[in-house]
Amino acid sequence: MRHWRRERIEEIIVRILRIVGILFFFVMVAFPFYWMVVSSFKSLQELLLHPDNLGLDIGKLDFTAYRDVLFEQGFLQYIFNSVYVAILTVLLSLSLATLGAYAATRLYFRGQTFMSFSILVIYMFPAIVLVIPLYVVFSWLGLRDSIHMLILVYLAQTLPVALYMLRSYFQNLPAEIEYAGLTDGCTRLGVVWRIVLPLSAPALASVALYTFMIAWNEFLFAFMFLDSPEKFTLSRGVVQLAGSVHLSKQLVMAASVLVTVPIVVLFLVFERHLVRGLTAGAMKG
Amino acid sequence: MRNEGRTLFEKESRLAFWMLAPTFTVVFAFVVFPVLWNIWLSLKAVSLADLRGSSLFDLNITLANFRKIFGDSEFFQVLTSTLSYTLGGSLLSILLGLTAALLLHEQFPGRGLLRGLLISPYIAPVVAVTFTWSFILDPQLGVLNWLGMKNGILSRPIPFLSQRWFDLEFMGRTWHLPLALTSVILFEGWRYFPFAFLFILARLQSIPEELYQAASVDGAGPFRRFIHITVPQLWTVLTTLFLFRFIWTINKFDDIFLLTGGQAGTKVMTIKVYDYAFGEFNIGAGSALAMVLFGILSGFLFVYFGWILKEERLE
Repeated sequence: MRHWRRERIEEIIVRILRIVGILFFFVMVAFPFYWMVVSSFKSLQELLLHPDNLGLDIGKLDFTAYRDVLFEQGFLQYIFNSVYVAILTVLLSLSLATLGAYAATRLYFRGQTFMSFSILVIYMFPAIVLVIPLYVVFSWLGLRDSIHMLILVYLAQTLPVALYMLRSYFQNLPAEIEYAGLTDGCTRLGVVWRIVLPLSAPALASVALYTFMIAWNEFLFAFMFLDSPEKFTLSRGVVQLAGSVHLSKQLVMAASVLVTVPIVVLFLVFERHLVRGLTAGAMKG
Repeated sequence: MRNEGRTLFEKESRLAFWMLAPTFTVVFAFVVFPVLWNIWLSLKAVSLADLRGSSLFDLNITLANFRKIFGDSEFFQVLTSTLSYTLGGSLLSILLGLTAALLLHEQFPGRGLLRGLLISPYIAPVVAVTFTWSFILDPQLGVLNWLGMKNGILSRPIPFLSQRWFDLEFMGRTWHLPLALTSVILFEGWRYFPFAFLFILARLQSIPEELYQAASVDGAGPFRRFIHITVPQLWTVLTTLFLFRFIWTINKFDDIFLLTGGQAGTKVMTIKVYDYAFGEFNIGAGSALAMVLFGILSGFLFVYFGWILKEERLE
Protein backbone atom coordinates (compact mmCIF):
# COMPACT_ATOMS: atom_id res chain seq x y z
CA MET A 1 0.00 0.00 0.00
CA ARG A 2 2.76 2.40 0.99
CA HIS A 3 4.71 1.48 -2.14
CA TRP A 4 1.75 2.05 -4.38
CA ARG A 5 1.16 5.53 -3.01
CA ARG A 6 4.75 6.56 -3.27
CA GLU A 7 4.90 5.38 -6.86
CA ARG A 8 1.71 7.27 -7.67
CA ILE A 9 3.11 10.49 -6.19
CA GLU A 10 6.33 10.06 -8.11
CA GLU A 11 4.39 9.54 -11.34
CA ILE A 12 2.49 12.79 -10.80
CA ILE A 13 5.66 14.72 -9.97
CA VAL A 14 7.32 13.34 -13.09
CA ARG A 15 4.37 14.36 -15.22
CA ILE A 16 4.44 17.94 -13.90
CA LEU A 17 8.22 18.14 -14.27
CA ARG A 18 7.92 16.90 -17.84
CA ILE A 19 5.46 19.63 -18.82
CA VAL A 20 7.54 22.33 -17.13
CA GLY A 21 10.71 20.96 -18.74
CA ILE A 22 9.24 20.82 -22.22
CA LEU A 23 8.03 24.40 -21.89
CA PHE A 24 11.46 25.47 -20.67
CA PHE A 25 13.22 23.91 -23.66
CA PHE A 26 10.62 25.25 -26.07
CA VAL A 27 11.07 28.84 -24.88
CA MET A 28 14.84 28.56 -24.56
CA VAL A 29 15.26 27.36 -28.14
CA ALA A 30 12.41 29.14 -29.90
CA PHE A 31 12.79 32.58 -28.36
CA PRO A 32 16.10 33.62 -29.99
CA PHE A 33 14.82 32.57 -33.42
CA TYR A 34 11.50 34.28 -32.79
CA TRP A 35 13.31 37.42 -31.70
CA MET A 36 15.58 37.35 -34.75
CA VAL A 37 12.59 37.26 -37.10
CA VAL A 38 10.43 39.73 -35.18
CA SER A 39 13.22 42.30 -34.84
CA SER A 40 14.00 42.10 -38.54
CA PHE A 41 10.47 43.35 -39.30
CA LYS A 42 10.65 46.35 -36.97
CA SER A 43 11.87 49.83 -37.74
CA LEU A 44 14.93 51.25 -36.02
CA GLN A 45 12.68 53.76 -34.26
CA GLU A 46 10.48 50.98 -32.89
CA LEU A 47 13.53 49.03 -31.66
CA LEU A 48 14.91 52.09 -29.87
CA LEU A 49 11.61 53.32 -28.39
CA HIS A 50 10.16 49.96 -27.32
CA PRO A 51 13.04 47.54 -26.85
CA ASP A 52 10.89 45.43 -24.54
CA ASN A 53 7.92 45.02 -26.90
CA LEU A 54 7.82 41.26 -27.34
CA GLY A 55 5.06 41.27 -29.95
CA LEU A 56 4.89 42.27 -33.56
CA ASP A 57 2.18 44.50 -34.94
CA ILE A 58 1.14 42.75 -38.16
CA GLY A 59 -0.19 46.03 -39.53
CA LYS A 60 3.18 47.69 -39.02
CA LEU A 61 5.40 45.07 -40.66
CA ASP A 62 8.44 46.89 -41.90
CA PHE A 63 10.35 45.42 -44.83
CA THR A 64 12.87 48.24 -45.15
CA ALA A 65 15.55 46.24 -43.33
CA TYR A 66 15.38 43.52 -45.96
CA ARG A 67 15.35 46.01 -48.82
CA ASP A 68 18.33 47.78 -47.34
CA VAL A 69 20.29 44.60 -46.65
CA LEU A 70 19.58 43.00 -50.03
CA PHE A 71 20.03 45.96 -52.33
CA GLU A 72 22.22 48.44 -50.49
CA GLN A 73 24.46 46.21 -48.37
CA GLY A 74 25.15 43.78 -51.20
CA PHE A 75 23.47 40.72 -49.73
CA LEU A 76 21.99 39.72 -53.07
CA GLN A 77 25.53 39.06 -54.22
CA TYR A 78 26.41 37.27 -50.94
CA ILE A 79 23.42 34.95 -51.33
CA PHE A 80 24.56 34.11 -54.83
CA ASN A 81 28.13 33.49 -53.60
CA SER A 82 26.99 31.29 -50.72
CA VAL A 83 24.76 29.21 -52.97
CA TYR A 84 27.60 28.85 -55.48
CA VAL A 85 30.13 27.85 -52.82
CA ALA A 86 27.78 25.42 -51.08
CA ILE A 87 26.53 23.70 -54.24
CA LEU A 88 29.97 23.37 -55.79
CA THR A 89 31.33 21.97 -52.52
CA VAL A 90 28.48 19.46 -52.37
CA LEU A 91 28.90 18.32 -55.99
CA LEU A 92 32.67 17.98 -55.78
CA SER A 93 32.52 16.36 -52.38
CA LEU A 94 29.91 13.82 -53.51
CA SER A 95 31.72 12.82 -56.69
CA LEU A 96 35.20 12.60 -55.18
CA ALA A 97 33.98 10.84 -52.04
CA THR A 98 31.97 8.33 -54.09
CA LEU A 99 35.00 7.43 -56.19
CA GLY A 100 37.25 7.29 -53.17
CA ALA A 101 34.85 5.34 -51.00
CA TYR A 102 34.24 2.80 -53.75
CA ALA A 103 37.95 2.31 -54.27
CA ALA A 104 38.43 1.95 -50.53
CA THR A 105 35.63 -0.63 -50.27
CA ARG A 106 36.03 -2.85 -53.31
CA LEU A 107 39.50 -2.27 -54.68
CA TYR A 108 42.85 -2.88 -53.14
CA PHE A 109 44.61 0.23 -51.97
CA ARG A 110 47.19 1.21 -49.40
CA GLY A 111 45.90 4.54 -48.16
CA GLN A 112 43.51 3.39 -45.40
CA THR A 113 45.78 4.70 -42.66
CA PHE A 114 46.19 8.04 -44.37
CA MET A 115 42.42 8.51 -44.53
CA SER A 116 41.87 7.58 -40.89
CA PHE A 117 44.77 9.82 -39.99
CA SER A 118 43.29 12.80 -41.83
CA ILE A 119 39.89 12.29 -40.19
CA LEU A 120 41.67 12.28 -36.85
CA VAL A 121 43.58 15.45 -37.74
CA ILE A 122 40.38 17.24 -38.83
CA TYR A 123 38.67 16.23 -35.61
CA MET A 124 41.61 16.95 -33.33
CA PHE A 125 43.07 20.17 -34.66
CA PRO A 126 41.25 23.47 -34.32
CA ALA A 127 40.46 25.27 -37.55
CA ILE A 128 42.58 28.16 -36.30
CA VAL A 129 45.65 25.87 -36.58
CA LEU A 130 44.89 25.28 -40.26
CA VAL A 131 44.18 28.95 -40.83
CA ILE A 132 47.66 30.23 -39.96
CA PRO A 133 49.74 28.11 -42.38
CA LEU A 134 47.10 28.37 -45.12
CA TYR A 135 46.98 32.13 -44.68
CA VAL A 136 50.76 32.24 -44.99
CA VAL A 137 50.83 30.10 -48.13
CA PHE A 138 47.84 31.75 -49.78
CA SER A 139 49.25 35.22 -49.18
CA TRP A 140 52.59 34.12 -50.49
CA LEU A 141 51.16 32.64 -53.68
CA GLY A 142 48.62 35.43 -54.10
CA LEU A 143 45.72 32.96 -53.79
CA ARG A 144 44.01 34.45 -50.79
CA ASP A 145 41.02 36.39 -52.00
CA SER A 146 39.53 33.53 -54.04
CA ILE A 147 36.21 31.76 -53.77
CA HIS A 148 37.62 28.67 -55.45
CA MET A 149 40.43 28.29 -52.95
CA LEU A 150 37.78 28.58 -50.25
CA ILE A 151 35.85 25.73 -51.88
CA LEU A 152 39.00 23.58 -51.92
CA VAL A 153 39.53 24.28 -48.21
CA TYR A 154 35.93 23.24 -47.49
CA LEU A 155 36.39 20.12 -49.60
CA ALA A 156 39.40 19.14 -47.52
CA GLN A 157 37.26 19.52 -44.40
CA THR A 158 34.32 17.48 -45.67
CA LEU A 159 35.95 14.82 -47.90
CA PRO A 160 37.45 12.49 -45.29
CA VAL A 161 34.19 12.37 -43.32
CA ALA A 162 32.08 12.01 -46.49
CA LEU A 163 34.34 9.23 -47.69
CA TYR A 164 34.09 7.48 -44.35
CA MET A 165 30.28 7.71 -44.30
CA LEU A 166 29.92 6.44 -47.86
CA ARG A 167 32.40 3.64 -47.32
CA SER A 168 30.49 2.25 -44.36
CA TYR A 169 27.36 2.34 -46.54
CA PHE A 170 29.02 0.69 -49.55
CA GLN A 171 30.33 -2.10 -47.35
CA ASN A 172 26.75 -3.19 -46.73
CA LEU A 173 25.82 -3.28 -50.42
CA PRO A 174 25.80 -6.81 -51.88
CA ALA A 175 28.90 -7.25 -54.04
CA GLU A 176 27.16 -9.95 -56.12
CA ILE A 177 25.13 -7.41 -58.12
CA GLU A 178 28.33 -5.62 -59.01
CA TYR A 179 30.00 -8.82 -60.14
CA ALA A 180 26.96 -9.50 -62.31
CA GLY A 181 27.42 -6.05 -63.83
CA LEU A 182 31.14 -6.66 -64.36
CA THR A 183 30.58 -9.98 -66.12
CA ASP A 184 27.97 -8.32 -68.33
CA GLY A 185 30.71 -6.06 -69.60
CA CYS A 186 30.41 -2.98 -67.42
CA THR A 187 33.64 -1.28 -66.43
CA ARG A 188 34.30 -0.52 -62.76
CA LEU A 189 33.27 3.09 -63.25
CA GLY A 190 30.17 1.90 -65.10
CA VAL A 191 29.30 -0.24 -62.10
CA VAL A 192 29.69 2.74 -59.78
CA TRP A 193 27.49 4.90 -62.01
CA ARG A 194 24.76 2.35 -62.86
CA ILE A 195 24.59 0.13 -59.79
CA VAL A 196 26.24 1.65 -56.73
CA LEU A 197 24.97 5.23 -57.01
CA PRO A 198 21.25 4.40 -57.45
CA LEU A 199 21.43 2.00 -54.50
CA SER A 200 23.09 4.58 -52.29
CA ALA A 201 20.63 7.46 -52.62
CA PRO A 202 19.92 7.73 -48.86
CA ALA A 203 23.60 7.80 -47.93
CA LEU A 204 24.33 10.31 -50.69
CA ALA A 205 21.54 12.53 -49.39
CA SER A 206 22.99 12.47 -45.87
CA VAL A 207 26.44 13.32 -47.15
CA ALA A 208 25.09 16.09 -49.39
CA LEU A 209 23.21 17.70 -46.50
CA TYR A 210 26.17 17.43 -44.17
CA THR A 211 28.49 18.98 -46.73
CA PHE A 212 26.03 21.72 -47.63
CA MET A 213 25.68 22.66 -44.00
CA ILE A 214 29.44 22.87 -43.42
CA ALA A 215 29.95 25.01 -46.53
CA TRP A 216 26.91 27.23 -45.88
CA ASN A 217 27.57 27.88 -42.19
CA GLU A 218 31.34 28.16 -42.24
CA PHE A 219 32.68 31.39 -40.82
CA LEU A 220 36.40 31.37 -39.98
CA PHE A 221 37.96 30.49 -43.35
CA ALA A 222 35.62 32.84 -45.20
CA PHE A 223 36.45 35.56 -42.69
CA MET A 224 40.21 35.10 -43.06
CA PHE A 225 40.50 34.42 -46.77
CA LEU A 226 37.96 36.70 -48.45
CA ASP A 227 38.89 40.36 -48.72
CA SER A 228 36.79 41.91 -51.46
CA PRO A 229 33.09 42.38 -50.73
CA GLU A 230 31.95 41.08 -54.12
CA LYS A 231 33.35 37.66 -53.11
CA PHE A 232 31.84 37.49 -49.61
CA THR A 233 29.73 34.55 -48.54
CA LEU A 234 26.64 35.26 -46.42
CA SER A 235 28.35 34.50 -43.10
CA ARG A 236 31.22 36.79 -44.02
CA GLY A 237 28.74 39.46 -45.11
CA VAL A 238 26.80 39.32 -41.85
CA VAL A 239 30.00 39.88 -39.86
CA GLN A 240 30.92 42.79 -42.10
CA LEU A 241 27.47 44.32 -41.65
CA ALA A 242 27.45 43.82 -37.87
CA GLY A 243 30.79 45.60 -37.66
CA SER A 244 29.64 48.57 -39.68
CA VAL A 245 26.25 49.37 -38.11
CA HIS A 246 26.09 50.15 -34.44
CA LEU A 247 22.46 50.80 -33.58
CA SER A 248 20.61 49.34 -36.55
CA LYS A 249 20.16 45.86 -35.13
CA GLN A 250 17.18 45.28 -37.41
CA LEU A 251 19.60 45.11 -40.34
CA VAL A 252 21.80 42.53 -38.63
CA MET A 253 18.71 40.53 -37.71
CA ALA A 254 17.36 40.66 -41.28
CA ALA A 255 20.74 39.47 -42.56
CA SER A 256 20.74 36.71 -39.94
CA VAL A 257 17.29 35.61 -41.08
CA LEU A 258 18.55 35.46 -44.68
CA VAL A 259 21.45 33.19 -43.74
CA THR A 260 19.40 31.02 -41.36
CA VAL A 261 16.21 30.36 -43.33
CA PRO A 262 17.67 28.30 -46.21
CA ILE A 263 19.51 25.90 -43.96
CA VAL A 264 16.59 25.48 -41.55
CA VAL A 265 14.12 24.87 -44.40
CA LEU A 266 16.46 22.35 -45.97
CA PHE A 267 16.79 20.69 -42.61
CA LEU A 268 13.04 20.48 -42.01
CA VAL A 269 12.45 18.99 -45.47
CA PHE A 270 15.19 16.38 -45.18
CA GLU A 271 15.17 15.97 -41.42
CA ARG A 272 15.48 12.21 -41.42
CA HIS A 273 18.61 12.18 -43.60
CA LEU A 274 20.17 14.88 -41.57
CA VAL A 275 19.55 13.18 -38.26
CA ARG A 276 21.14 10.07 -39.71
CA GLY A 277 24.17 12.11 -40.76
CA LEU A 278 24.38 13.71 -37.34
CA THR A 279 24.11 10.47 -35.41
CA ALA A 280 26.62 8.77 -37.68
CA GLY A 281 29.00 10.91 -35.67
CA ALA A 282 29.93 12.77 -38.78
CA MET A 283 28.89 16.25 -37.85
CA LYS A 284 31.65 18.27 -36.35
CA GLY A 285 30.48 21.30 -34.44
CA MET B 1 53.59 -3.52 -74.14
CA ARG B 2 53.71 -3.12 -70.37
CA ASN B 3 49.94 -2.95 -70.15
CA GLU B 4 49.51 -6.46 -71.50
CA GLY B 5 51.55 -7.93 -68.70
CA ARG B 6 49.32 -6.41 -66.05
CA THR B 7 47.18 -8.68 -63.95
CA LEU B 8 43.62 -7.73 -63.06
CA PHE B 9 44.85 -7.10 -59.54
CA GLU B 10 47.38 -4.56 -60.73
CA LYS B 11 44.83 -2.84 -62.94
CA GLU B 12 42.36 -2.63 -60.10
CA SER B 13 44.84 -1.15 -57.66
CA ARG B 14 45.92 1.34 -60.32
CA LEU B 15 42.30 2.37 -60.79
CA ALA B 16 41.90 2.60 -57.01
CA PHE B 17 44.87 4.93 -56.89
CA TRP B 18 43.34 7.27 -59.46
CA MET B 19 39.94 7.18 -57.79
CA LEU B 20 41.49 8.23 -54.50
CA ALA B 21 44.12 10.60 -55.83
CA PRO B 22 41.96 13.77 -55.89
CA THR B 23 40.82 13.25 -52.31
CA PHE B 24 44.36 12.55 -51.14
CA THR B 25 45.70 15.60 -52.90
CA VAL B 26 43.11 17.99 -51.49
CA VAL B 27 43.33 16.60 -47.97
CA PHE B 28 47.10 16.57 -48.03
CA ALA B 29 47.35 20.13 -49.34
CA PHE B 30 44.77 21.69 -47.02
CA VAL B 31 44.89 19.59 -43.86
CA VAL B 32 48.03 17.51 -43.42
CA PHE B 33 50.49 19.97 -44.89
CA PRO B 34 49.23 22.95 -42.83
CA VAL B 35 49.49 20.95 -39.63
CA LEU B 36 53.04 19.86 -40.40
CA TRP B 37 54.00 23.36 -41.44
CA ASN B 38 52.48 24.70 -38.27
CA ILE B 39 55.03 22.70 -36.30
CA TRP B 40 57.77 24.21 -38.45
CA LEU B 41 56.44 27.76 -38.03
CA SER B 42 56.24 27.34 -34.27
CA LEU B 43 60.01 26.89 -34.18
CA LYS B 44 60.72 29.97 -36.26
CA ALA B 45 60.76 33.66 -35.60
CA VAL B 46 58.20 34.61 -38.26
CA SER B 47 56.11 37.70 -38.56
CA LEU B 48 53.47 38.53 -41.14
CA ALA B 49 56.01 40.84 -42.79
CA ASP B 50 58.26 37.85 -43.55
CA LEU B 51 55.59 36.13 -45.57
CA ARG B 52 57.14 37.02 -48.89
CA GLY B 53 60.73 36.54 -47.89
CA SER B 54 62.82 33.39 -48.15
CA SER B 55 63.61 33.34 -44.42
CA LEU B 56 60.74 30.89 -43.98
CA PHE B 57 62.89 28.05 -45.21
CA ASP B 58 66.11 28.81 -43.35
CA LEU B 59 67.14 26.33 -40.73
CA ASN B 60 67.45 28.85 -37.90
CA ILE B 61 65.07 27.16 -35.49
CA THR B 62 64.55 28.58 -32.04
CA LEU B 63 62.45 28.03 -28.95
CA ALA B 64 61.89 31.77 -28.60
CA ASN B 65 58.20 31.43 -29.49
CA PHE B 66 57.60 28.98 -26.66
CA ARG B 67 59.53 31.18 -24.24
CA LYS B 68 57.39 34.11 -25.31
CA ILE B 69 54.04 32.38 -24.81
CA PHE B 70 54.90 30.82 -21.45
CA GLY B 71 56.26 34.16 -20.27
CA ASP B 72 53.14 36.02 -21.39
CA SER B 73 51.43 37.75 -18.44
CA GLU B 74 48.08 36.56 -19.79
CA PHE B 75 49.09 32.92 -20.11
CA PHE B 76 47.65 31.73 -16.81
CA GLN B 77 44.35 33.54 -17.33
CA VAL B 78 44.06 32.12 -20.84
CA LEU B 79 44.69 28.63 -19.52
CA THR B 80 42.06 28.85 -16.77
CA SER B 81 39.50 30.41 -19.12
CA THR B 82 40.12 27.66 -21.66
CA LEU B 83 39.66 24.90 -19.10
CA SER B 84 36.56 26.48 -17.50
CA TYR B 85 34.98 27.10 -20.88
CA THR B 86 35.77 23.62 -22.15
CA LEU B 87 34.67 21.72 -19.05
CA GLY B 88 31.67 23.97 -18.34
CA GLY B 89 30.50 24.03 -21.94
CA SER B 90 30.91 20.28 -22.47
CA LEU B 91 29.19 19.27 -19.25
CA LEU B 92 26.36 21.79 -19.64
CA SER B 93 25.60 20.75 -23.21
CA ILE B 94 25.51 17.08 -22.20
CA LEU B 95 23.35 17.79 -19.15
CA LEU B 96 20.86 19.81 -21.24
CA GLY B 97 20.92 17.15 -23.95
CA LEU B 98 20.22 14.44 -21.39
CA THR B 99 17.33 16.41 -19.91
CA ALA B 100 15.82 17.11 -23.33
CA ALA B 101 16.16 13.46 -24.37
CA LEU B 102 14.42 12.26 -21.20
CA LEU B 103 11.61 14.78 -21.75
CA LEU B 104 11.06 13.73 -25.36
CA HIS B 105 11.53 10.01 -24.85
CA GLU B 106 7.83 9.32 -24.39
CA GLN B 107 5.39 9.80 -27.24
CA PHE B 108 3.15 12.89 -27.14
CA PRO B 109 1.40 14.99 -29.78
CA GLY B 110 3.81 17.37 -31.51
CA ARG B 111 6.89 15.44 -30.40
CA GLY B 112 8.37 15.15 -33.90
CA LEU B 113 7.98 18.86 -34.46
CA LEU B 114 9.52 19.70 -31.10
CA ARG B 115 12.45 17.41 -31.83
CA GLY B 116 13.07 19.31 -35.07
CA LEU B 117 12.89 22.62 -33.24
CA LEU B 118 15.28 21.53 -30.49
CA ILE B 119 17.95 20.64 -33.04
CA SER B 120 17.88 24.07 -34.70
CA PRO B 121 20.51 25.82 -32.50
CA TYR B 122 22.98 23.27 -33.83
CA ILE B 123 21.88 23.66 -37.46
CA ALA B 124 21.69 27.45 -37.65
CA PRO B 125 24.77 29.36 -38.85
CA VAL B 126 27.05 30.47 -36.05
CA VAL B 127 27.02 34.12 -37.15
CA ALA B 128 23.22 34.31 -36.98
CA VAL B 129 22.86 32.81 -33.50
CA THR B 130 25.78 34.69 -31.96
CA PHE B 131 24.54 38.05 -33.26
CA THR B 132 20.99 37.28 -32.12
CA TRP B 133 22.16 36.41 -28.61
CA SER B 134 24.42 39.47 -28.46
CA PHE B 135 21.38 41.55 -29.37
CA ILE B 136 19.16 39.88 -26.75
CA LEU B 137 21.83 40.31 -24.06
CA ASP B 138 22.86 43.85 -25.06
CA PRO B 139 22.88 46.26 -22.09
CA GLN B 140 21.43 49.19 -24.07
CA LEU B 141 19.09 47.62 -26.61
CA GLY B 142 18.71 44.08 -25.34
CA VAL B 143 15.26 42.72 -24.60
CA LEU B 144 16.41 40.66 -21.62
CA ASN B 145 17.78 43.63 -19.69
CA TRP B 146 14.73 45.76 -20.54
CA LEU B 147 12.31 43.07 -19.39
CA GLY B 148 14.32 42.53 -16.22
CA MET B 149 14.21 46.24 -15.40
CA LYS B 150 10.52 46.61 -16.24
CA ASN B 151 9.60 43.75 -13.92
CA GLY B 152 11.84 45.04 -11.15
CA ILE B 153 14.21 42.06 -11.20
CA LEU B 154 17.15 44.23 -12.23
CA SER B 155 17.94 47.70 -10.92
CA ARG B 156 20.35 48.40 -13.78
CA PRO B 157 21.20 46.57 -17.02
CA ILE B 158 23.78 43.80 -16.88
CA PRO B 159 26.46 43.78 -19.62
CA PHE B 160 26.41 39.99 -19.93
CA LEU B 161 29.06 39.76 -22.61
CA SER B 162 31.31 42.70 -21.80
CA GLN B 163 31.78 42.70 -18.02
CA ARG B 164 34.40 40.53 -16.44
CA TRP B 165 33.13 40.13 -12.89
CA PHE B 166 29.68 40.27 -11.39
CA ASP B 167 28.98 40.42 -7.66
CA LEU B 168 26.00 38.31 -6.81
CA GLU B 169 24.36 38.62 -3.37
CA PHE B 170 23.11 35.18 -2.52
CA MET B 171 22.58 33.34 0.78
CA GLY B 172 24.07 36.22 2.76
CA ARG B 173 27.34 36.16 0.84
CA THR B 174 28.76 38.02 -2.11
CA TRP B 175 29.74 35.71 -4.94
CA HIS B 176 32.37 36.84 -7.37
CA LEU B 177 30.98 35.53 -10.65
CA PRO B 178 32.96 35.63 -13.93
CA LEU B 179 30.07 37.13 -15.87
CA ALA B 180 31.15 37.10 -19.53
CA LEU B 181 32.74 33.67 -19.19
CA THR B 182 29.54 32.30 -17.66
CA SER B 183 27.53 33.83 -20.51
CA VAL B 184 29.63 32.16 -23.21
CA ILE B 185 29.46 28.83 -21.33
CA LEU B 186 25.66 29.14 -21.22
CA PHE B 187 25.68 29.91 -24.93
CA GLU B 188 27.82 26.85 -25.56
CA GLY B 189 25.28 24.74 -23.65
CA TRP B 190 22.42 26.26 -25.66
CA ARG B 191 24.05 25.77 -29.04
CA TYR B 192 25.51 22.28 -28.64
CA PHE B 193 23.01 20.41 -26.47
CA PRO B 194 21.22 19.07 -29.62
CA PHE B 195 24.29 16.99 -30.41
CA ALA B 196 24.07 15.19 -27.06
CA PHE B 197 20.27 15.18 -27.28
CA LEU B 198 20.21 13.20 -30.55
CA PHE B 199 22.69 10.59 -29.36
CA ILE B 200 21.08 10.11 -25.96
CA LEU B 201 17.59 9.94 -27.45
CA ALA B 202 18.69 7.23 -29.89
CA ARG B 203 20.29 5.28 -27.05
CA LEU B 204 17.24 5.71 -24.78
CA GLN B 205 14.98 4.27 -27.43
CA SER B 206 17.09 1.15 -27.66
CA ILE B 207 16.82 0.30 -23.95
CA PRO B 208 14.56 -2.77 -23.75
CA GLU B 209 11.14 -1.94 -22.32
CA GLU B 210 11.17 -5.22 -20.32
CA LEU B 211 13.84 -3.82 -18.01
CA TYR B 212 11.49 -1.04 -16.94
CA GLN B 213 8.50 -3.37 -16.65
CA ALA B 214 10.45 -5.79 -14.48
CA ALA B 215 11.57 -2.93 -12.24
CA SER B 216 7.98 -1.64 -11.98
CA VAL B 217 6.77 -5.08 -10.91
CA ASP B 218 9.46 -5.04 -8.23
CA GLY B 219 8.00 -1.74 -7.03
CA ALA B 220 10.57 0.76 -8.32
CA GLY B 221 9.16 4.24 -8.99
CA PRO B 222 10.27 6.49 -11.85
CA PHE B 223 13.19 7.98 -9.93
CA ARG B 224 14.61 4.64 -8.94
CA ARG B 225 14.06 3.25 -12.41
CA PHE B 226 16.03 6.21 -13.74
CA ILE B 227 18.95 5.71 -11.34
CA HIS B 228 19.17 1.93 -11.65
CA ILE B 229 18.28 1.35 -15.29
CA THR B 230 18.59 4.50 -17.40
CA VAL B 231 21.84 5.89 -16.03
CA PRO B 232 23.87 2.63 -16.29
CA GLN B 233 22.48 2.02 -19.79
CA LEU B 234 23.47 5.52 -20.89
CA TRP B 235 26.90 5.56 -19.26
CA THR B 236 28.90 4.64 -22.38
CA VAL B 237 27.16 7.17 -24.60
CA LEU B 238 27.61 9.89 -21.94
CA THR B 239 31.36 9.32 -21.62
CA THR B 240 31.77 9.18 -25.40
CA LEU B 241 29.83 12.43 -25.77
CA PHE B 242 32.07 14.02 -23.17
CA LEU B 243 35.14 13.04 -25.20
CA PHE B 244 33.75 14.56 -28.41
CA ARG B 245 32.45 17.71 -26.78
CA PHE B 246 35.70 18.25 -24.91
CA ILE B 247 37.77 18.02 -28.09
CA TRP B 248 35.45 20.26 -30.10
CA THR B 249 34.94 22.82 -27.34
CA ILE B 250 38.62 23.28 -26.54
CA ASN B 251 39.20 23.82 -30.28
CA LYS B 252 36.25 26.18 -30.67
CA PHE B 253 37.01 29.64 -31.98
CA ASP B 254 34.01 31.13 -33.83
CA ASP B 255 31.54 31.33 -30.97
CA ILE B 256 33.65 33.33 -28.49
CA PHE B 257 35.23 35.39 -31.25
CA LEU B 258 31.81 36.52 -32.44
CA LEU B 259 30.22 36.92 -28.98
CA THR B 260 32.90 38.77 -27.01
CA GLY B 261 35.97 38.91 -29.24
CA GLY B 262 37.83 37.35 -26.31
CA GLN B 263 37.27 40.39 -24.09
CA ALA B 264 36.20 40.47 -20.41
CA GLY B 265 37.93 37.28 -19.29
CA THR B 266 36.80 35.05 -22.17
CA LYS B 267 40.15 34.84 -23.94
CA VAL B 268 40.59 31.13 -24.60
CA MET B 269 43.63 29.64 -26.29
CA THR B 270 42.22 29.63 -29.82
CA ILE B 271 41.47 33.35 -29.52
CA LYS B 272 44.96 33.96 -28.14
CA VAL B 273 46.40 32.11 -31.15
CA TYR B 274 44.50 34.50 -33.38
CA ASP B 275 45.69 37.49 -31.31
CA TYR B 276 49.32 36.49 -31.69
CA ALA B 277 49.13 35.66 -35.37
CA PHE B 278 46.89 38.41 -36.70
CA GLY B 279 46.81 40.99 -33.89
CA GLU B 280 50.55 41.12 -33.10
CA PHE B 281 51.52 39.75 -36.52
CA ASN B 282 53.62 37.15 -34.74
CA ILE B 283 52.91 34.01 -36.73
CA GLY B 284 55.55 32.01 -34.88
CA ALA B 285 54.04 32.64 -31.45
CA GLY B 286 50.56 31.82 -32.76
CA SER B 287 51.76 28.51 -34.16
CA ALA B 288 53.61 27.73 -30.95
CA LEU B 289 50.51 28.33 -28.82
CA ALA B 290 48.52 26.13 -31.20
CA MET B 291 51.04 23.37 -30.51
CA VAL B 292 50.61 23.87 -26.76
CA LEU B 293 46.84 23.58 -27.22
CA PHE B 294 47.36 20.36 -29.12
CA GLY B 295 49.62 19.13 -26.33
CA ILE B 296 46.94 19.81 -23.71
CA LEU B 297 44.38 17.99 -25.84
CA SER B 298 46.69 15.01 -26.25
CA GLY B 299 47.22 14.94 -22.49
CA PHE B 300 43.46 14.89 -21.99
CA LEU B 301 43.04 12.03 -24.46
CA PHE B 302 45.79 10.10 -22.75
CA VAL B 303 44.09 10.42 -19.35
CA TYR B 304 40.64 9.76 -20.83
CA PHE B 305 41.59 6.54 -22.61
CA GLY B 306 43.64 5.37 -19.65
CA TRP B 307 40.57 5.84 -17.49
CA ILE B 308 38.26 4.10 -19.99
CA LEU B 309 40.59 1.11 -20.20
CA LYS B 310 40.72 0.89 -16.41
CA GLU B 311 36.91 1.00 -16.21
CA GLU B 312 36.64 -1.82 -18.71
CA ARG B 313 39.14 -3.93 -16.84
CA LEU B 314 37.17 -3.50 -13.63
CA GLU B 315 33.96 -4.70 -15.23
